[in-house]
Amino acid sequence: MTSTPIRTEQASGAFAARLRVFVNRRASWIPVFAALAILIAMFVGAQLYFGNFLTPRLVSSLLLDNAYLLILAVGMTFVILTGGIDLSVGSVLAFTGIMCARLLSEGVPTGVVIPIMILSGAGIGLLIAVLVQFFDVQPFIASLAGMFLARGLAFVVSLSSIKVEDPAILWLQSTRFQVGGWYITPTGIIALLVVLAAALVLQFTRFGRTIYAIGGNEQSARLMGLPVVRTKILAYVISGTCAGLAGVVFAAYTGSGYPLNGVGTELDTIAAVVIGGTLLTGGSGYVLGSMIGVFVYGTIKGVISFLGAEQSWTRITIGVLLLIFVVVQRFIITRSRRR
Amino acid sequence: MMTSGSPAPVVEVRGATVRFTSEPALDDVDFRMFPGEVHSLMGENGAGKSTLIKGITGALHWDAGTVLLGGEEMRFANPADAQRAGIRTVYQEIDLLPNLSVAENIMLGREPRRWGGIHWAAMRDEAAKVLAELGLEVDPTSLLGSHSLAVQQLIAIARAISTDVRVLVLDEPTSSLDLDEVAELFRIIRELKERGVAILFISHFLDQVYEICDRVTVLRNGRLVGEYLTKELLRIDLVQKMLGRSAEELVLRPRSAVRAPEPEAFLEARGLTSSPRVVDVDLVLGEGEVLGLAGLLGSGRTEVARLLTGIDRPDAGTILLDGARVAPGNPRRAIAIGLTYSSENRKAEGIIGQLTVRENITLALQAERGVFRRMRPSRQRELAASWIEALGIRPASTEQLAGVLSGGNQQKVLLARLLALAPRVVVLDEPTRGIDIGAKVEVQKLVGELAENGMSVIFISAELEEVLRVSSRIMLLRDGRVIDTLASDELTVDSLLARIAQPDDN
Repeated sequence: MTSTPIRTEQASGAFAARLRVFVNRRASWIPVFAALAILIAMFVGAQLYFGNFLTPRLVSSLLLDNAYLLILAVGMTFVILTGGIDLSVGSVLAFTGIMCARLLSEGVPTGVVIPIMILSGAGIGLLIAVLVQFFDVQPFIASLAGMFLARGLAFVVSLSSIKVEDPAILWLQSTRFQVGGWYITPTGIIALLVVLAAALVLQFTRFGRTIYAIGGNEQSARLMGLPVVRTKILAYVISGTCAGLAGVVFAAYTGSGYPLNGVGTELDTIAAVVIGGTLLTGGSGYVLGSMIGVFVYGTIKGVISFLGAEQSWTRITIGVLLLIFVVVQRFIITRSRRR
Repeated sequence: MMTSGSPAPVVEVRGATVRFTSEPALDDVDFRMFPGEVHSLMGENGAGKSTLIKGITGALHWDAGTVLLGGEEMRFANPADAQRAGIRTVYQEIDLLPNLSVAENIMLGREPRRWGGIHWAAMRDEAAKVLAELGLEVDPTSLLGSHSLAVQQLIAIARAISTDVRVLVLDEPTSSLDLDEVAELFRIIRELKERGVAILFISHFLDQVYEICDRVTVLRNGRLVGEYLTKELLRIDLVQKMLGRSAEELVLRPRSAVRAPEPEAFLEARGLTSSPRVVDVDLVLGEGEVLGLAGLLGSGRTEVARLLTGIDRPDAGTILLDGARVAPGNPRRAIAIGLTYSSENRKAEGIIGQLTVRENITLALQAERGVFRRMRPSRQRELAASWIEALGIRPASTEQLAGVLSGGNQQKVLLARLLALAPRVVVLDEPTRGIDIGAKVEVQKLVGELAENGMSVIFISAELEEVLRVSSRIMLLRDGRVIDTLASDELTVDSLLARIAQPDDN
């Protein structure tokens, strides 16, 4: 069979042909590149404007200041890839943070506290997953319930801020491994390890590919014989686990636990994931993109504090960027549907 | 049942029975498939085809009956079970993942591994091998969604045969393919046949069944009519068996039909095309006339109706209403110029069950008036009550929820909704499906009255008797083409059937 009539038609030039092959193969990376382009543009623009923006110290602090957000974004990416959403992460972060501070202040050893925090995050994730999977509750509503639950629990633990004085937790934040002006803290290393692990899992395990499959078409994934139920549940558990871990990191970052921490953080997380090129409808996106999204978010924050403007401008800028990205996504989806 | 000297069947179904209601959906049906043969399952709507297939592919449990695969009795708990046993299905709606690569779509679920993870290079190579075996030139690393539906369908087949497949079920694989694509599919089917795969090919297109299938099993009303070799079964016999008429009657008067004189056109369509389902259809509808559309399932009856009334847009063709060229484009515009359509799918595309009869009747009229010219409730009630009386809707209450009405009364409510718009043309798609005999007669009578009052009606039904009784002229469709338009006075059900089954025409 030499000429099949229904083959993809030949593009005219060699470049056009290569571009077509690239688009056919890597269409889902395009939004990630777009986010990267925006990040670079912001770096360059800020450097030209301020002259002293791109210092090793500032770039290093980008990771330090946003380590918790990065961890949350990784978990959120799993959930959004399946076509779901997890609104509970901000509250879970607050709950595990304050619980961590409380337990430590009562003398529970760090080696016990940290696993408990991570497990309780996972537990709330599991609860949401059960609601979504077995009671057929919309992910939006189920995770909203999880959000209220975790916030309520945070207030049950303590109504006021509790200081963290445990040296091991503070070590996570205060230790700086330095090379020249660059530095990285253990919290930053943890965040990067989470990103790396998630990227490997999504790319190289059947579980990871099933996450994408569910986002593509849950019914089809089931008909293909993939373990849909287990995978969906695990996605929420992973998000919860990441939120628990982020709670510990955030407690280290702020040196305290406070029940009103992380109000609205879930929305920042979703914004970062979407800006990083993950489709809200699921099935397309990468944790590396989410990482870039978090850095975009952090850079906007940095630029605005450099300008000395109100921090509310961060939210406005993020909002505008988000709007642009969602419209671009819509465009990509309609374009691919037309085929 | 006929037997032949073939080897032992790979699939054997014995006594399959399913009852959803008191009426069995499948009643003691035997069925078998042989390796290296293409087998077609034929029957009209409700014959039990899909119920039988679902039992074989593990998607549904029969109340009674057994499946033997290679002589061994099987019990499939779910489709995955059946897949493991070597029974693969490619559905009409492609059930692959557009957001993943072609290679993943073929290999997912049994991907090659290395160091505990997916071995992408090996997966790509293996997928490329499967595609090459089928003669498909597709880049395995490209995203599935970047290919046409036809290619996606072939990739679905590639996935199905990449495992140790013994039985391949193709459910309406050609319904959205054009001629070249069908040829490509048939080439692949023949190749699989060579390999000894048993293929179940389900299609409404008789031509395709005769081109590719070796053996055909006919079902009617959930019962087995028989199993035949395609080459020994005349086309007319097949249609007769599907519809349940005796062959003698059919052949006696095959060409007694008289071409109908065309009335003066009120609604006219020229060269209406929406490939591949409707091809170059010319249609003339006179004022106060009932034109019947007849043809087998998949002949394009509904598609023509939807094109005429703006539900779907034609690829080509013109529509003239009262001599002026119109482009319905969408239902709203179609209604504005007086073209209305009542869907064959009453529950999903017609009645809104949670609203009252009054609301259902006044819905379209209110929509036409616009939201700022709201009809007063008293006016709504008055209007609804007058239609309830005129059409004899029971119970005669305007405030009854439409969802609890019987099928026949729901149909009348739908009719009232359309008639309240004072349309010039009404297209009724299977208005009598699933309603009792008394209501059927009433709807038929109503159609006659509408025509007498000068309304032009297009009437679609799978029941030929009904089309004959109601219509003055009948347009016959096959595979999306008009094969003839005949005066109904000159026709009998049998001569009509004979015309539908006739393979060649002039």
